[in-house]
Parts: sequence; structure tokens; C-alpha cells
Amino acid sequence: MTTTDPTLAQTDPADDGPASGIGTGTRGTRIIGIATIVAMGWLVAFGLGFSPEDRDQRESVRLLYVHVPTIWIAYLAFIVTAVASGMYFFGRKKALGWDRLAGASAEIGTVFVAVTLVIGAMWGRLTWGVFWQWDARLTTTALLFVTYIGYLAVRRLGGTHEQRARRSAVIGMLAVLEIPLVHWSVRLWRSLHQEATVLGTDADVSMDGLMLFSLFVGVVAFSLLYLWLVLHRTRVMAMEDLLDERGLDDALAARRAEAGGTQAGGTQAGVAQEGTA
Amino acid sequence: MEDAGFIIGGYVLTFVTVAFMSWRVLRAGKRLGKQVPDEDKYWL
Repeated sequence: MTTTDPTLAQTDPADDGPASGIGTGTRGTRIIGIATIVAMGWLVAFGLGFSPEDRDQRESVRLLYVHVPTIWIAYLAFIVTAVASGMYFFGRKKALGWDRLAGASAEIGTVFVAVTLVIGAMWGRLTWGVFWQWDARLTTTALLFVTYIGYLAVRRLGGTHEQRARRSAVIGMLAVLEIPLVHWSVRLWRSLHQEATVLGTDADVSMDGLMLFSLFVGVVAFSLLYLWLVLHRTRVMAMEDLLDERGLDDALAARRAEAGGTQAGGTQAGVAQEGTA
Repeated sequence: MEDAGFIIGGYVLTFVTVAFMSWRVLRAGKRLGKQVPDEDKYWL
């Protein structure tokens, strides 16, 4: 993500054409936004109301309708980041749009991992009696979170947009390799965390129908939210980049004008000195 | 009762987080949209 210096961003839009003041919304994003709100309402209804309590976990199972979808969508977001990074890095055109998609997706994925960790800690407190254990799944997920915080920090380093894109593309393609580690950590090490119920290798989903449906509603709700956010965030980044470039152009033009004025002033002063002599 | 507090608190925390993130993105879009001419907005 590139920050925009407000002092540099104050370019006059009238120079290049009228700005309607319209933000990043379109008819498509509005439809997705409404669908997201409806799906979130369904998630609350099914997650907190209609789905039954679990035999072992009791009511705490309701937290899993948020915990599981958020980490799945975070995985998806980081895969999108890696693919978009690859498209930028190996693409011939080096289109910055891929870089912005990678950055936007990573931001949203990181927030979703944070939600997963917090909700997981609450579930752990109710089920295990503790908020946190240095268990393989929890530790690798925390590592994933820290890695993408690092990725976002690297995006904020100075340099041109191309430098930002190159640097972050490399990290985006490497960081995604942590996902298999997180997902299979429960099998690789003897973990306290339960194994996958839905995405297991045996393809046997032994869940109550309403529980599975509630989980499905959660996945749909957070998928829609991800799509809505990534569209808006990518557009915001495009405008930030544009204003950054304009700000830099304006600053360079001002600098050239200043240097030209100084040079002309210096020449005039030199002529005046010669005249005096 | 402790369960209800954690469960409802977890949902509230999640929705507050995503609502805040959405609001920030929309606000940034509106703010920057005033400075960028429409022909540079590829989504229009």
C-alpha cells in the first residue's frame, strides 16, 4: 500500500478533467455489498440461532462458523496475492494493476487471519480452558499473520511503484508457501487443534446438516465480503498511485521552475555586477 | 453464561472489525475520488 502525501495530492482536478466526486462504488459493487449484508444476517441467524449445539463443544461450536470461513478466505486471499504477484513479476507488461490486486488481497487476508486468531482464542478458552497454546496449528497461523504484516510493511517502504511491486511480488510468492504448512500442521505434528472436518483427505464430512449449512453460509458471507473489499481497495490503491505520480510530477516541475528562476536570477545578478564594474 | 459472552462478543468483534475496515476503504475512495478526474477511474 502506498501512502499519499496530502500536500502532494492536492492537484487541481480541473487541469485534467472534471472529477465527479464519485468514489469507488459501481452498480456491481453495490449488488455485492447488499448480498454481503444479507449473507451476514443469515450467518447470525444460523450461527447463533438455528444451528444446534455440539455434543462435545456445546455452544462454543457457534464461534467456528466465523473462525473457519475467515481462515479459508484468508488462504484464498493469500493465494490471490501470490498469483497476482507472479503475474506482475513474470508478466511482460509489468502491469501495476496486478501489484495493487496483490496488495489489496494481502491486506484483507491479514485482517481475516487476525479475526481467526482472536475468535480461535475465544473458542480455545471455552473448549481447552486457555486462550493460547504454543500448539503447531496456532503457532504456524501466528507465523503466517506476522509474515503478511511484514509483506505489508515492505509495501510501505520508499521507492517507485515499480520497486514496490518487484519487492513485494517476491515476498508474496514466497509467503504463500506457509499455507500448506499451516493446513497440514495438525497432521505433521501431534497437535492439540482438531484435524480438518470438511477439508480432510478422506472426503468424509461427518457433520450435522444444519451445522454444515451454517458453515456454508459463513463461507459465502466472507467470500462476498472479500470480493467487495478487494474491488474497492484495488480502486483506492489505483487512485493513490495516480496521485502519488502527479504529486511527484508537480514537485519535479516546481523544482525545475525554481532552479530555472535561480539560474536566471544569478545571470541577471552577474550582468549587474559586470555593469557596476 | 460465560459461553454466551464469548460467543456474542466474538461475533460482535468480527462485525465491528469488518465494518470498520469497510468504512475506511469507502471513506478513502470518496476522498480520493474528488481529486481524481473521472477519465482516470477505470471502473467508471
